[in-house]
Amino acid sequence: MSAMEHDTSIGDTLIRNAPGVNKRRLAFLLCVLLSVAMILPLAWLARSSLMEMGQIFIFPPEWIPNPFAWHNYPDALTTIPFFLYLWNSALVVVPTILGTLFSCSLAAYAFARLRWPFRDQIFAVLMATLMLPYVITLIPTFLIWSGLGFVDTYVPLIVPHWLGTNVFYIFLLRQFFKALPKELDEAATIDGAHIVQVFWYIVLPLSRPALLVVAILSGLGAWNDFVDPLVYINSSEKYTVALGLSQFVGLYTSQWSLLMAAATVVIIPVIIVFFFTQRYFMTSITMTGLKG
Amino acid sequence: MTNSSSPDGVMLTERPSGRSATTGARARMSPRRRSEITWALTFVAPAVLGFVLLKAMPILFSLYIAMTDWSAVGNAHWVGLDNFEKMLFADPLFWRSLEVTAYYTLVSVPASMAFAFFLATLLNQRIPGLGIFRTIFYIPSIVPIIASTVIWLWMFNPDFGLFNSVLGAFGIPKMQYIFSEEQVVPSLVFMSIWGVGPMMIIFLAGLQEVPKELYEAADIDGSNAWHKLVHITLPMMTPTILFNLMISMVAAFQTFVQPFIMTNGGPNNGSLFFVFWIYRKAFQDSQMGYASALAWALFIIISVLSYLIFRTSNRWVFYRGGDN
Repeated sequence: MSAMEHDTSIGDTLIRNAPGVNKRRLAFLLCVLLSVAMILPLAWLARSSLMEMGQIFIFPPEWIPNPFAWHNYPDALTTIPFFLYLWNSALVVVPTILGTLFSCSLAAYAFARLRWPFRDQIFAVLMATLMLPYVITLIPTFLIWSGLGFVDTYVPLIVPHWLGTNVFYIFLLRQFFKALPKELDEAATIDGAHIVQVFWYIVLPLSRPALLVVAILSGLGAWNDFVDPLVYINSSEKYTVALGLSQFVGLYTSQWSLLMAAATVVIIPVIIVFFFTQRYFMTSITMTGLKG
Repeated sequence: MTNSSSPDGVMLTERPSGRSATTGARARMSPRRRSEITWALTFVAPAVLGFVLLKAMPILFSLYIAMTDWSAVGNAHWVGLDNFEKMLFADPLFWRSLEVTAYYTLVSVPASMAFAFFLATLLNQRIPGLGIFRTIFYIPSIVPIIASTVIWLWMFNPDFGLFNSVLGAFGIPKMQYIFSEEQVVPSLVFMSIWGVGPMMIIFLAGLQEVPKELYEAADIDGSNAWHKLVHITLPMMTPTILFNLMISMVAAFQTFVQPFIMTNGGPNNGSLFFVFWIYRKAFQDSQMGYASALAWALFIIISVLSYLIFRTSNRWVFYRGGDN
């Protein structure tokens, strides 16, 4: 024991005197300070969401709610028909995830593992649409859906995802499918498996992490989406959560604590999903940047 | 779907060039190969249909609308390039919105890239708690935009907001932030810096790919940290910098939710972002024709800028040969 302690202390001294330690200390200190700064807006949000109207307008501001006004949450959730909006969001988010998984995984499989004429050219054309500003298609697409009578329904919010318009997910899945060993489907093919069987029984089960990433990202995208519901949904009983919160901003700007409670409720599901799937999140981002 | 009932599987290996490939005749293609092509086309059909119906056709349609006086009431008439003429010579707010958007892009893109790069270099050190710091730095970027605009609206509040309270504690007089024509764009830039998480992760991945030997060699040569940054890290990171530059430039040009929720384009059009101006013309004034012309202008501007960045990139982007 004593010998070990002795060793560590020598090690510590060596490390302390080694070049770069001060640099590392400085980096650690900066990380702590910046963490506080990055968290500050969220702390300000949480603190404001739990304050009585009287306390929120005290100057200089106080950080600890006194008393904790937990009733802001039920108040906010009943002032706006939150549970209705939540249900509406679910009606958009769930079909969006399913449609994205369906259309993007099929296309990605064809681009990654099948050989067919003009495959790479078509893929390049699809990828090019990633650079397209969304407003350029927004107006004509709106006029088309409007002409078909689908304004104020969820059809314009959902159908594009069944048609693989978020090419980024095709790209992501293609990257993943390409990395799977070819021997797997060759062996299955020799055993007489059909393309559809190879896709369903071999490629998809092996790609669960990538499919999960796509499901999470597309689900969060639909949950956070503000512009499309704003353009397509008119009746307030059809608002999604994001759109509903934006209406709340206009109507209750003086009731900051209720507004902050409502914003917190919109953020919490996202944070929960993030914490459980953080690893996949980070991997998917690095995949976009470096490979391909 | 001609061969959908075919029992054949598919060969993913390169087939010998003896049979179908040399003749190229479809009729002599093996059933297996034909089945592969049929299924591939079936599989990409939804995505290709989506491209045609929701991307390609709308773009062409948009070009047509831009040449008309399409509005909510009455028939659309062909007006040729009148909308573009009006935009360039008779709409001061077009120039105003272009100016606001360019100003925001020019400041927010370098600022957020520099901050993201700085955070990434911190996370690239061997310090305790890396995972926690990475999570904390990343979290702001997952906050839904509608929620973050609400939070920042409240923090920018001149009377009871966080910023003026903190500055007030140091005796600094109250500022107006997004409620002042001069400060609104810098305030929104400051807000954009909060959400650099994804860019930071991409930079971090780039930093981790820089070969350690280069730093070791520099250490032997007695280089200081600044030299290593300028002569090793930055050159090796230029592909990543190019990627982040393109992505964030295109995104900054399309800023919409902040002016829509926080400022309504004000004060005095100080935050009249380009896409917000298009939205107003299209969905509040129902001038679909003119709005489409504006959208095309944005499309052209973004394309030209991307092209220029890409063209000049061979002068400053350093690609490592061999391994990619």
